[in-house]
Amino acid sequence: MGAPSYRAASNAALITLAASSLATPALAAETSTINAADTAWMIVATALVLMMTIPGLALFYSGMVRKKNVLATMAQSLAAVALISILWVAYGYSLAFVGDGPWIGTLDRWFLIGMTMESVNPAAKTIPEALFMLYQMTFAIITVALVAGAVADRMRFSAYLLFSVGWFTFVYVPLAHWVWGGGFLGTMGVLDFAGGLVVHLSAGIGGLVAATVMGRRQGYGSENLAPFDLSLAVIGTGLLWVGWFGFNGGSALGANSRAVMAITATHLAACAGALAWAAIEWATRRKPSVLGMISGAVAGLGTITPASGFVAPWHGVIIGVIAGTLCFWACTWLKQRFKYDDSLDVFGVHGIGGLTGTLLAGVFAVNAIGGTSGLIEGNAQQVLIQLYGIAATLVWSGGVTFVLLKLVGVFAPLRVSVQQELEGLDISQHGEALQ
Amino acid sequence: MKLVVAIIKPFKLDEVRQALTAIGVHGMTVTEVKGYGRQKGHTEIYRGAEYVVNFLPKLRIEIAVASDVAKKAVEVITANARTGQIGDGKIFVTPIDHALRIRTGETDSDAL
Repeated sequence: MGAPSYRAASNAALITLAASSLATPALAAETSTINAADTAWMIVATALVLMMTIPGLALFYSGMVRKKNVLATMAQSLAAVALISILWVAYGYSLAFVGDGPWIGTLDRWFLIGMTMESVNPAAKTIPEALFMLYQMTFAIITVALVAGAVADRMRFSAYLLFSVGWFTFVYVPLAHWVWGGGFLGTMGVLDFAGGLVVHLSAGIGGLVAATVMGRRQGYGSENLAPFDLSLAVIGTGLLWVGWFGFNGGSALGANSRAVMAITATHLAACAGALAWAAIEWATRRKPSVLGMISGAVAGLGTITPASGFVAPWHGVIIGVIAGTLCFWACTWLKQRFKYDDSLDVFGVHGIGGLTGTLLAGVFAVNAIGGTSGLIEGNAQQVLIQLYGIAATLVWSGGVTFVLLKLVGVFAPLRVSVQQELEGLDISQHGEALQ
Repeated sequence: MKLVVAIIKPFKLDEVRQALTAIGVHGMTVTEVKGYGRQKGHTEIYRGAEYVVNFLPKLRIEIAVASDVAKKAVEVITANARTGQIGDGKIFVTPIDHALRIRTGETDSDAL
């Protein structure tokens, strides 16, 4: 911010004006507001979030499927990166983050037309607009990739691509606009720091609807569907965990204390989630499983996502324990009670986590950290606002996912044939196989 | 000539191999196999989904020896593969009609 005064200083008549513009840099309209520290951190955060999908989510998911579906599961994450990135640049960013209508943005920046070296987005004035666009792109990617886990082991690759284009366009982009891009949820004060609604609940409920529409896997409930290699899933969890520092910390959109507070709460929630899930298993099933520990960690991470940046670090521990407990219940009792085959528990972990975390953000929000008070500071109203955001996300993502699957089903069968499913998706969809 | 086939616990392989080497058996084929006997299987739980795994991993070792060595080989394998726990494995001994070393064309006892 040091540059603004030099030119003005040569003109004696403007010295006073220059001095005042130094004191309030925001008035120096002709000068860029871009800040080097913020830009540096956000470049790193962008890379961290991209790493969450490849290889983070690709490993986390593929480690939990059977050997014959490992490559096909990785292909879903890979394809999400390639496909959604292009769509985001083409129209997603513009519709989500340019223009502040209540329902959807504008096409003023489609294909990035009008984006310059100096331009910034009003939501993040201290980093280049291109960087803000890229950062938000990585969120769109992982959200689409998350949904795929619910239909793992049985969805045709071509149908997955078609569905992903539709889901991105009609679920993710509007939701991102509603909450973060100046839409009606953000305007009414819904707290969602890094995507409890936009990312986790929307992917979770979308996954649940998709798993139900597609039906259960062959052999579900009767055959052994044990994971091929949980060590891959452990590595994936580690990459997700580290990447989440960029996901939640980066959502402060700058290199500042709020980013660090968010990262602290995030890390603590992951730790508490892992311990809680493992402890419940230990108590009820006599052994703390590795899958339980990583599931608990991811549940803690997903649940703290909307609350990080609003709550104090120790709230992260409480939220993590609640996350580990509720998500364990959802993945074991709830899933068996209703007999849906959400293959990799996208609803049980991300849906329940996103929902719970969004609610708890309204409970624990601390005015001194995020500028909003929650229930514990006497603002009960915030909990109701959070519930409204949850309801809107459930209805929109659930409903549109259902319609999209029915539509895609007209053009391409959603499921592989029984024979192909038994052979495995690696060989039937991609012509490759692990030996 | 006898073919001694033993199904053993995987972690016992090295002890068995060293003991067989000590009594002059200088060749062995090892295969990773799965199976069940009295040990049955075990239960695995993944996020609440329980699977009974019937087939447990074992090693199948094969050695071809002169008939007078076979009895000693069986004793050595038994002594070294044994833990006393259920699932230690089994040994089968069958006669060999004919043996041939591919490189030299030597046959029967010269080929062992």
